[in-house]
Amino acid sequence: MAATRIGDRIKRVDAVQKARGEAKYVCDLTFPEMQYAYLVRSTVPRGKILNISLPDFPEGYYFISAKDIPAKGKNELWMITKDWRCFAEDYVLYVGETIGLVVGPDRGVLKELKGKIKIDYEEQTPAVTIDDGINCVGGPMFPEKNSNVMCELFCEKGRPMEEVFAEADEVFEETITTPYQEHVHLETNSAIANYEDGKFVFYASAQCPFYIRKSIAGLLDVPYDDIIIRQLTTGGAFGGKEHFPDVLCGALLVAENVIRKPIKMVFDREEDTQFSVKRHPSKCIYKSAIKDGRVIGVQGHIYYNCGAYLSSSYVVLQRGVFHGNGVYTFPNTYLKGEGIGTNTFPTCAFRGFGAPQTLFAIETHMDHIARHLGVDPLEFKMKHLCKQGDETTTNGHIIEEVKLPEMIDVLTKESDYWRKAKEYAPGSGKGIGISLYNHGGAFTGNGEQAIIKAHSLLVKKGGKVTILVGSTEMGQGFKTALRKICAATLGISMDDVDYPDPDTSKVVDSGPTAASRSTMIVGRLVERAALQMKERWNEGDFSVEVEYEHPDGYPWDQATFRGDAYLGYGWGAAIIEVEADKLTNEIKTVGIWTSHEIGKAIDELIVHGQINGGVIQSLGYGAMEKLENRKGYFRQKSMSDYVIPTSMDFPKQFYHIQENPYPWGPYGAKGMGELVFNGASAAFVDAVERALNTKFHSIPIPPEDIEEALKNVQ
Amino acid sequence: MYSDVRFKLNGEEKCYTGDPLRRLLDVLREDYGLTGSKEGCGEGECGACSIVKDGELVTSCIIPIGAVNGCELLTIEGIRDTEKGKCIIDAYAEGGAVQCGFCIPGMVMATYCLLNKNPNPTEDEIRLGISGNICRCTGYDLIVESIRLAAQKGAALWNR
Repeated sequence: MAATRIGDRIKRVDAVQKARGEAKYVCDLTFPEMQYAYLVRSTVPRGKILNISLPDFPEGYYFISAKDIPAKGKNELWMITKDWRCFAEDYVLYVGETIGLVVGPDRGVLKELKGKIKIDYEEQTPAVTIDDGINCVGGPMFPEKNSNVMCELFCEKGRPMEEVFAEADEVFEETITTPYQEHVHLETNSAIANYEDGKFVFYASAQCPFYIRKSIAGLLDVPYDDIIIRQLTTGGAFGGKEHFPDVLCGALLVAENVIRKPIKMVFDREEDTQFSVKRHPSKCIYKSAIKDGRVIGVQGHIYYNCGAYLSSSYVVLQRGVFHGNGVYTFPNTYLKGEGIGTNTFPTCAFRGFGAPQTLFAIETHMDHIARHLGVDPLEFKMKHLCKQGDETTTNGHIIEEVKLPEMIDVLTKESDYWRKAKEYAPGSGKGIGISLYNHGGAFTGNGEQAIIKAHSLLVKKGGKVTILVGSTEMGQGFKTALRKICAATLGISMDDVDYPDPDTSKVVDSGPTAASRSTMIVGRLVERAALQMKERWNEGDFSVEVEYEHPDGYPWDQATFRGDAYLGYGWGAAIIEVEADKLTNEIKTVGIWTSHEIGKAIDELIVHGQINGGVIQSLGYGAMEKLENRKGYFRQKSMSDYVIPTSMDFPKQFYHIQENPYPWGPYGAKGMGELVFNGASAAFVDAVERALNTKFHSIPIPPEDIEEALKNVQ
Repeated sequence: MYSDVRFKLNGEEKCYTGDPLRRLLDVLREDYGLTGSKEGCGEGECGACSIVKDGELVTSCIIPIGAVNGCELLTIEGIRDTEKGKCIIDAYAEGGAVQCGFCIPGMVMATYCLLNKNPNPTEDEIRLGISGNICRCTGYDLIVESIRLAAQKGAALWNR
C-alpha cells in the first residue's frame, strides 16, 4: 500500500462508520442487568437544605447521596482545585446542583420516584449577574474574603496608566458585555459505570479521560488504577465535556460502589441545556488613551461570571486577560481580570476558553474608536498590528512572523472590502465588517512542561503501528490527523496505523484534549516517536515512548504571569457582509470571508470543516444564541428556545489558509480548533453597526435587541 | 390499553404489541436495536432521529408508535446497504461532511428524501432540504457540498 503523505486528500477514518449509524455512542451501549440513573438537583439558586423526604423505594431502587461516600472518601471533585462538591449537603449554591441520584432498573419507576422526593429549603437571595457578584448580593460567597472574587490576575506593560491618560488627546471608555453560550454538542452528556474485574470502569462521552480519573478517585479514596475510563465515540464537546463529565462520573462512582451493576446516565436535552456548564458571561470595561490618531494605552478591567465553583475558570480568565489586547501592540497596557462567583451553574471550558470574550471586546472597542475618529476600522486596526519581536502584554515577545497583512490582503480583495466599506453609507442597510484575532496555542506559559508533561506511545507489531495516547476524537478529526502524521513520518500507509479510543488502563497520558494542543503538542510527540521508530524499523516488534520537551529560551513565571505566554499563536481575519431589513431589523448575512494562519494544515479537508463550523458557531454567538439567567434560572430550556444556526441562516463561506510553519509543531502545524471561533462574531457586529449606523455594547443581537439598541440611540 | 401496531420496517413486516404512546424512536432503538437514529433534542427540533415514513422525512422522537399503523418506515439501517444509501454515505465521507457524527444518520435520511424528490437540487434547495437537521460541528458547507456530490455521482440512481 502506498505511503500516506501529509498533502494527500483522504477520507476521515471515522466517517463511514458514523454515517452508517454504526458508531457506538454512550446512549447506544447496553449491558445485561443495566440500571439507569437520574440526577436529583437543587431547585433553588441559594439556600439551606432543611429536609429531604424520600418516598418508599421498591427493592432494587436506590437514592444515592453524600451519605454514601465512604468514611475515607471526600465529597469533592478535583478539577483545578477541589471546591466542586460531588453532592450538595446542608446547603445549595445554584439551580441544578447535584444533591443525589436515583438508580434502578426501570426508567418510568425512577422518574416517578424522583418526582416524589421532597426537598425543603430555606431560600437565600442569590447573586446572579457579575454586578450582583461584585456587590455581594445576598451576602459574600467567600465570607473569609468578604467578597465573591474567586480568582484574579493582572498584567502590565509600559508606563503607569495615569501618566498615559494624562498625556492623551482624549480618553475613550466603554463597557462591553458578552453572554452565556451553551455548547449544544448534539450528543448530550452521558456515561455508564460498571464494576469489572475489581475495577470501576466508565464508558464516557468525554474529552479528557485522565481528568475524570483524577477528579473522582478521592470520592472513594482509591488509587487511580482502580478506575478505568474508556472513552466512547463522542458526539461533539467544544469544551463542554472537558471537566463536566467528572460531575456525572463522580456521582456514578459513588452509586457503583454501592450497587455494583452497570449504571447508565444519559442527560436529556432539557437537562443538558439547563444543568451543564456554559461559556463565561463577561463584562469588559475598556479605557483607551488616544494621541495623534493612535491608541497609546489600553486599560481593561475584565470580569468573568464563574458561577458557583471554580472548575477551570481561573485558567479561562488568564487566557481572557492574555488575549485582552487582541492582535495589537499598544505601548502601554494594564489588563486586570476578576473571576466573580455567583449562584449560577458553574461556567467552564468552551471553544476559545476565555479568549473570545476579550477579543470581542477589544475588536468592538477598536471599531468604535475608529468610527469616533472618522477613519475606516480596518485602516485603524492595521496601524496597530503587532509584529514579530514586539513585547506582549505579559512582557514576553511575539516569536513568529505575523502574517496578518498578507491575510488581510487576500480577504479584502476577495470580498472587495475597500470599495464596499466606502460605498455602503452608514445606515444604508448594507454593511461590511472585519475582525482580526489570534489564539495562543496549547497551555499557557510553561504549563505543558510544568503541569501536563505529556507522553506518547507507539507500539510496532509486524508492519503495523498502534498509537496509544489519551487524546480523544470528539468530532474535530484528531483520529485522522494523528494517524496521518504517524504514517507520513514512518513512510507507511495510514491503513497500517491504528489509534483506538483511549482507555486509561492501556494508553499513556498525553494530556487533555483541549487548548488547541492536540495536533501541536501530541502530534509533535507522535512525530518524534515515529522518527525514532523509523530509525529502528528493522529491529522487529518494539515500542517507543517520548515525553514533552519545552524549547529553551522562552521563560515564563506562573506566579507573576510574566514571560512568553504562548510559543505560537494561530492568527485569523474575518470579513462579514450583511443586509439589514430596516423595518424588521432582520439581518441577512450575504458574505463570509475568513483567513486563518495555523502553521500548516495536516489535513486541509478537516481544517476546512473546522473553519466552517467554528465560524458558524461564532456567528451564532454574535447573532442569535440567547441564553439568559433570571434569578438563578436559565430562561431558555431546550433547543426550541435556545436557537442555534441551521443550514439556512448563513451562506457558503470563502476560506483561506495561510501557511507559516511553526518550528515545534508536527510538519509545522499549530493549533486551530479554537482560533476559528474567536473572531466572526465581532466582524458580524461591526457589519450590522455600519448597516444601521448604530453601536452595540453586547451580544447577541437578534432583531428585538437591535430594535432596543436603535431606540436607545434615538 | 395495548393494541397491535402493524407496519413495515426496513422492508420487514413488524407487529408491535405494547403501549401505543411510546415514542417511535425508543421502539426503534430499544425494541428493534436500531440505534443509528439518535436522540438529540426529544422535541422534533434537531432532526438527529430522522427517519422516512411513507416517503416523507419525519422526526421519530415526537411520533407515538401507535401512529405508524399501516406505515412503511425506513431507518438508516434500511438504506445504508442500498445503492442509494451507499452513494450518500460515500459522498459524505469523500466530501468531509462528517465530524462528530451524531447528526449524520439523520442528515443522511434527509439527503435520501431530498434526492428522491429532487435529483438535481440547487444549493438553496439542499439547504432547505436539510434545514430541519441541526449540526453543531460543520457549519453545513461541507454537508451541502457532499449532497451535491451524491447528486452528481448518483445521477443515474436518483433519476430512475
